[in-house]
Amino acid sequence: MWGKRKLLVGGLSALALGTLLTGCPPKKEAPKPEAVGIDASSKVYVPPGQQDEFYVFFSGGFSGQVSVYGIPSGRILKVIKVFSQDPETGYGYSPETRPLLMTSHGFMPWDDTHHPELSQTDGVPDGRWLFINANNTPRIARIDLSTFETTEIIEIPNTGGNHASPFVTPNTEYVVSASRFSIPVPQRDVPVENFAENFKGVISFIKANDPGKMDVSFQILMPGFNYDLAHCGKGPSYGWCFFTSYNSEQAHTLLEINASKNDKDFIAAVNWKRAEECVAQGKYQEMPATYYHNVYDEKKHMATSNVRRSVKVINPKDCPGVVYLLPTPKSPHGVDVSPDGEYIVGGGKLATVIPIHSFSKMLKAIEQKAFEKEIDGIPVLKYDATLHCEAEKPCLGPLHTEFDDKGFAYTSCFVSSEVVKYDPKTCKVVDRAPTYYSIGHLLIPGGDSAKPWGKYLIAMNKITKDRQLPVGPELLQSAQLYDISGDKIQLLHEFFTVGEPHYAQALPASLIKDKVAKIYPLAENQHPYAVKAEKDARVERKGNEVHVYMTAIRSHFVPDVIEGVRVGDTVYFHVTNLEQDWDIPHGFAVKGSEEAEILIMPGQTKTLVWKPKAPGVYPFYCTDFCSALHQEMQGYIRVSPAGSNVPLRYYTGTPTAQK
Amino acid sequence: MNIVSRGLLALASLLLILTYFFPLWKIELLAPQYPEGLRMFIWVNKITGGTEFDLYNINLLNHYIGMKPIEPESVPELKILPFILGFLIAFGFVSALLGKRILLYAWVLSFVILAILGLADFYRWEYDYGHNLDPNAPIKIPGLSYQPPLIGTKQLLNIVASSFPDVGGYIAGGALLLGIVAIIFDIKLSKFGVEVKPA
Repeated sequence: MWGKRKLLVGGLSALALGTLLTGCPPKKEAPKPEAVGIDASSKVYVPPGQQDEFYVFFSGGFSGQVSVYGIPSGRILKVIKVFSQDPETGYGYSPETRPLLMTSHGFMPWDDTHHPELSQTDGVPDGRWLFINANNTPRIARIDLSTFETTEIIEIPNTGGNHASPFVTPNTEYVVSASRFSIPVPQRDVPVENFAENFKGVISFIKANDPGKMDVSFQILMPGFNYDLAHCGKGPSYGWCFFTSYNSEQAHTLLEINASKNDKDFIAAVNWKRAEECVAQGKYQEMPATYYHNVYDEKKHMATSNVRRSVKVINPKDCPGVVYLLPTPKSPHGVDVSPDGEYIVGGGKLATVIPIHSFSKMLKAIEQKAFEKEIDGIPVLKYDATLHCEAEKPCLGPLHTEFDDKGFAYTSCFVSSEVVKYDPKTCKVVDRAPTYYSIGHLLIPGGDSAKPWGKYLIAMNKITKDRQLPVGPELLQSAQLYDISGDKIQLLHEFFTVGEPHYAQALPASLIKDKVAKIYPLAENQHPYAVKAEKDARVERKGNEVHVYMTAIRSHFVPDVIEGVRVGDTVYFHVTNLEQDWDIPHGFAVKGSEEAEILIMPGQTKTLVWKPKAPGVYPFYCTDFCSALHQEMQGYIRVSPAGSNVPLRYYTGTPTAQK
Repeated sequence: MNIVSRGLLALASLLLILTYFFPLWKIELLAPQYPEGLRMFIWVNKITGGTEFDLYNINLLNHYIGMKPIEPESVPELKILPFILGFLIAFGFVSALLGKRILLYAWVLSFVILAILGLADFYRWEYDYGHNLDPNAPIKIPGLSYQPPLIGTKQLLNIVASSFPDVGGYIAGGALLLGIVAIIFDIKLSKFGVEVKPA
């Protein structure tokens, strides 16, 4: 008793002492609704049955996928499968889709997606495709926005960490890529401490305007820095792309300290029109490199892989004028070009200013040769010669900038956890709004294009904490929606996102919603194992392979009884969904499947590979609740011992004699 | 008959030509999960769906109640109907040309008879589809048949089925009406002794 009381008294006095020493503790802020106006709910309320105004495409970060949301409601619409296997649909498991995930490192069932990028015409999102990068095993994927499916993936050679990607040129001539982690080029076994000597960065331009024909048109050999983000010029700056770099210190260990020493790193301004000239004049080296190009054919419902063996590499020494370095404070992250193409905003994540370069001043500086020095044959322009203005002490940790349609820029600030709004012409901050918490990228529909739809802004935050009901240590990331149509930034809404959305892109729903496919026409299905009528469904044996040409339609499979399979066989269930009705997928799963299940869209054919291990009778069934008699949509496959002579036999409805 | 009636009859026959280019009849099915509806159009010589796949989907749904699939190629009437209409058109033009009153009456009468026969035949098909069901159908509701209405709207399980004339049907109706108006004119004008000389 005594002991306990003593402890309590002691504790209380310590608390009192602590309070005396530190003054009053800060008042705990009330939960956050204070930031939301009374009319906010009406601005985000999309009544049941009505549709959102914008599509938003969030990168999935470590999920490797892309998620699609509707704005302003914040409702999730779809997760597009891109770089990660998806057992739900069989993506990356089925023989049709596995080739999409092939790389020079072998089959790659995952990746880390950062930046979705919509295709553009005249600098404006046109709703044809969405591109997205894979950071880890450098790749770029094309997503067809009529089906919202991945249709093409190209691997980027000579690159470590494809982060500054896949930003587009104004007519989708190219999507770009750059090394986040410089590596020996060509790759070889060297001591890591000989970094400066052996390691190179590479900037790549990938031809993108021709679906199914992506191609690494050329690469530019760069000093061994870390290349971080990019955006391409438009209007007057058409023909140029800008890439941020950090680690101009060329540190290879403890970058946190060692790459944060220089006051300024660089934005690399790449003249891709000049690069095209150099390629045309043969001023490049054809370098051996192994990389994959994978294409999914939406008529054959099947992907194929091609291996490429070389790439054109431009050394800036041999192609003067192809690239200039713009000193930029400090370890810049984002680089964003204003809708008019004139201002190039650097997000110096360790800087106390937001530096804004002027494109016209840059051209003048190049003309006047206002160079400070050269690095690896690349002229470094004088900071003052390209700088338009600096927004002084705007916030802490500025990262990324988007633009509205009224001439304002909005920069996300990770450390001070806010968005600042300013006029890039004057560098005057006019407003700011807190985010919850630690914003990374921000998004305004069309906000990195020549035509922003400046109604909404979305903050994508890295830290969620108390913003949602707790669900254990692992939380979804939070996103806040702001109304930016008025003078003040107004917080409207909050929702939670899949994976780790780094960047996102958005466009008005009206641009694409009427062009979106509802089914795959069965008549156009060219899958080699498709069956378009139940009478053609069959089972064929080829040695140890058993091919089931199966159909699915409400509410049965043909065949739904299969006999004559033996242990040691590999069974290929090629299932064609005969439906031609919107939103009637059928699933297919068989007991003991080590692959996945498959989800087959109307008119599509997909394959599930199954290797039975023991004799018995195994049920298979439809995994998508397709109809009132979905539970009846099932079948049996009989597996006999290896070497058994049970004949091959199959039927639906009436047992047939053996075939 | 007078020149007005002859003109009206010629116009009616002309109008009838249009029925080759528009559906005569429309059957529409609405259901909770088909807010966009499924549609079936009956033409002079074919049956089509509201979309490329509506007919396919109607047949798919119908198999649950054991209804026979609707197969346009197995409906013999669709092969005869273009000729029947052709006959009416030719008959109309010839009558207008010859100007005999009796021909006008005969034209209207044969039109009416053919229309009644056509509707009766349509009803017979509907009855057959709605009643002649596969006994092995998964959905069987004692006493319930699935005959769509001849004209009008009817709830069949989860589906609201409506059946109405479509553009071609209204044109045909208009043509018949013109024929009747032609008769009225002919009677009125002759009653008041107005002599309109044949052209």
